[in-house]
Amino acid sequence: MANGESEVGADAPAGGFVQLLTPDGERVDSVTTADGMTYSVDFTDDEYKELYRDLVTVRRLDAEATALQRQGELGIWASLLGQEAAQVGSGRALRKQDMAFPTYREHGVLYTRGIDPIMPFGLFRGVDQGGWDPNEFKFNTYTIVIGSQTLHATGYAMGITMDGKIGNADGEAVIAYFGDGATSQGDVNEAFVWSGVFNAPIVFFCQNNQYAISEPLERQTRIPLYRRAAGYGFPGIRIDGNDVLASYAVTRAALDQARNGQGPSLIEAYTYRMGAHTSSDDPTRYRIASEVESWKAKDPIARMKSFLTKQQIADDTFFGEVDETAKTLALDLRERVLAMPDPQPVTMFDNVYPHGSPEVDAQRAEFERYHATFEGSAN
Amino acid sequence: MSRIKEFTLPDLGEGLTEGEILAWLVKVGDTIELNQPIVEVETAKAAVEIPAKWAGVVTRIFHEAGTTVEVGSPIVAIDTDPSAGPVPSAESLAAVEIAPAEGAVEPGLIGGPAPGGRTAVLVGYGPKTTTAKRRPRLGTPSESPANVVSPPPPAAAADVVASPPVRPEVPVASARVLAKPPVRKLARDLGVDLTSLTGSGPMGSVTRDDVHQAVAAPQPTAVIDGSRERRIPVKGVRKLTAENMTASAFTAPHVTEFLTIDVTRSMKALEKLKGRREFADLRVSPLLLVAKAVLLAVGRHPMVNSTWSGGTNEIVVKEYVNLGIAAATERGLIVPNIKDAGRLSLRELAEALNTLVQVAKSGKTPPADMAGGTLSITNVGVFGVDTGTPILPPGESAILAFGAVKPMPWVHKGKIKIRQVTTLGLSFDHRIIDGELGSKFLRDVGEFLTDPEGALLSWT
Repeated sequence: MANGESEVGADAPAGGFVQLLTPDGERVDSVTTADGMTYSVDFTDDEYKELYRDLVTVRRLDAEATALQRQGELGIWASLLGQEAAQVGSGRALRKQDMAFPTYREHGVLYTRGIDPIMPFGLFRGVDQGGWDPNEFKFNTYTIVIGSQTLHATGYAMGITMDGKIGNADGEAVIAYFGDGATSQGDVNEAFVWSGVFNAPIVFFCQNNQYAISEPLERQTRIPLYRRAAGYGFPGIRIDGNDVLASYAVTRAALDQARNGQGPSLIEAYTYRMGAHTSSDDPTRYRIASEVESWKAKDPIARMKSFLTKQQIADDTFFGEVDETAKTLALDLRERVLAMPDPQPVTMFDNVYPHGSPEVDAQRAEFERYHATFEGSAN
Repeated sequence: MSRIKEFTLPDLGEGLTEGEILAWLVKVGDTIELNQPIVEVETAKAAVEIPAKWAGVVTRIFHEAGTTVEVGSPIVAIDTDPSAGPVPSAESLAAVEIAPAEGAVEPGLIGGPAPGGRTAVLVGYGPKTTTAKRRPRLGTPSESPANVVSPPPPAAAADVVASPPVRPEVPVASARVLAKPPVRKLARDLGVDLTSLTGSGPMGSVTRDDVHQAVAAPQPTAVIDGSRERRIPVKGVRKLTAENMTASAFTAPHVTEFLTIDVTRSMKALEKLKGRREFADLRVSPLLLVAKAVLLAVGRHPMVNSTWSGGTNEIVVKEYVNLGIAAATERGLIVPNIKDAGRLSLRELAEALNTLVQVAKSGKTPPADMAGGTLSITNVGVFGVDTGTPILPPGESAILAFGAVKPMPWVHKGKIKIRQVTTLGLSFDHRIIDGELGSKFLRDVGEFLTDPEGALLSWT
């Protein structure tokens, strides 16, 4: 394929993007970009099927969470619907030693890191801080503040360099997730500057889902987001965010460049948030129905299913089994969410300092005395 | 575990208090699956479908489409084990298990009420206030907390099921009133209904000052017809007056005493003064003699001319009298004072009074003239009223109200005569001035005005 043309995928925005699986489920062998990078994947049939399973599972868990919120069991939920491919593809591209910094919507990436899907639900149910051990899973806690995790990620990446864990195939790399809206934040721009200047081993993975809550992309930028990277002195590339294969291939390559000491890069995953920003939002107030319909035709799971069917890699038995397994997982998740104990008020003092503090101990004691003056107090 | 479960309307969008049922997607008798959409609800934030929380058969729908339902109220009952046969009606009602406080979020969590009445949400602010729910204190009489939904006793089951948990009505600001969040909080803290205010800020938004002024001004209890009301922004002198009066009324404990006196001789003395050359070019009014009376009485009772200094735990007695004269001007009430009035001769005092009144009426009284008053007179008599109970200007310990001088029947030398009579009202700070001192001071002022020449001769 000729350069330039090669980046233009089916249904691509002006300027094209890297696409290895079209919305119709047609496999594109490889894509070579204008700067000479060639992207492809070389998966076995089972690996394709596992990617499909990931996509279906994270969507099903997400649907259960949305239902739980509507039933009053979660205070809020940020759905990933429509962004499964961007998350699963990039998440599976991470090597074990790579560190990820998510927003509050990266449930798909969380799943690929092997974290129990129940972990973030304490946060959304309001019963705990939603904590897991970031060091154990190499996946930081959810960051609610828009864009601030890109700075944390940049600092972490600079630390990798200082530790000398870089420069070969066993090196470490960092991936920072954020959205199109976050690109307008000062934090993200500072992260770009510092990463560029210090050649930090980091991949900035922007899921451009077209809306910053209700603000459309044209209110964020005059140029495609991936081209911003040029101004900071590192490569930027746009992928079809609904193509799990492109997401995997390009993220994998970018991470490998980073771990080999080639510095940062920006990936713009061009996708669409099919649901609301969060359960507190009503997208019908700012999006027209035809736009949503046009994106339904680009569904990341449907194209994967179509591909697996056409290639006779999988059949309805497999698809049915995947659906059933996902449903079982979702119902199990539901039961566990409903069984989450309400926290005792005094537990708010528990994780303030790793080794305690006399002042916090005194505050806890005072609070316990106060708390005991109410009826129905445990103590 | 009971078979029939009631689903209560959850808070669908961080701090919402109610939702309108748009349409039921199921009807009584329908068999439904877990997570099957059963009802469309529109809240202030979004119209959403609510999925069924349990599989089973719909046994009751509590509210028809078009009803607005409070968060926490049951909206549908589902028989979660219909295969077990028909449910005996009375028992079933008794056995109804209301999902415990689902949707209701503990204070402090996202979606729950935060300290200060603001609702904590992740994206923006909740459009309505929620009522803080608190558990009762130990040892206090329990007032059946509104948020606790307990399983109803069998006898009253039907009634209880039919009545949703009651929440106290809170004044809720209409979404159309523009105001910044800190102003909304201020209004909520001060108990001001934003919808009752006319905003003076950009685009008609309600400002912090608007809220403060609403607090200072008396609130109309019942608004009947807004088109026949005039709203005057409180600012400038009115605002200052309000602040001073409020500050004074609630810091200095006042008492007021009254004395009705025969001022016929004072009026005659005034006539004599007017005929004298020294006063020929001056306007001489009864106020001049009242001022003189006060100044002389202060000389006999210096403690009335003092200030309570709470910060230093002292009473500051002043050896000078900056005599304040309350003046009604177009801008409102001001109280300029005559500096060191005790040292002035009667003519100088008359001149000072004339100047003070003229400047005040022209609206050009400089702030310095209004500062540092030590004792004041308010001449309410010019309005024809008998007297009043004046409020102390901040920092002063006494203020004398001088009522109208009217011809009245009066016992004079053992006979009823028509005499010029007036009533004095003296308010004083009871922290400094006891009833005895206040009474003596007022009596002396009265004595001078009753017999100015005699008092002058005997006092000076």
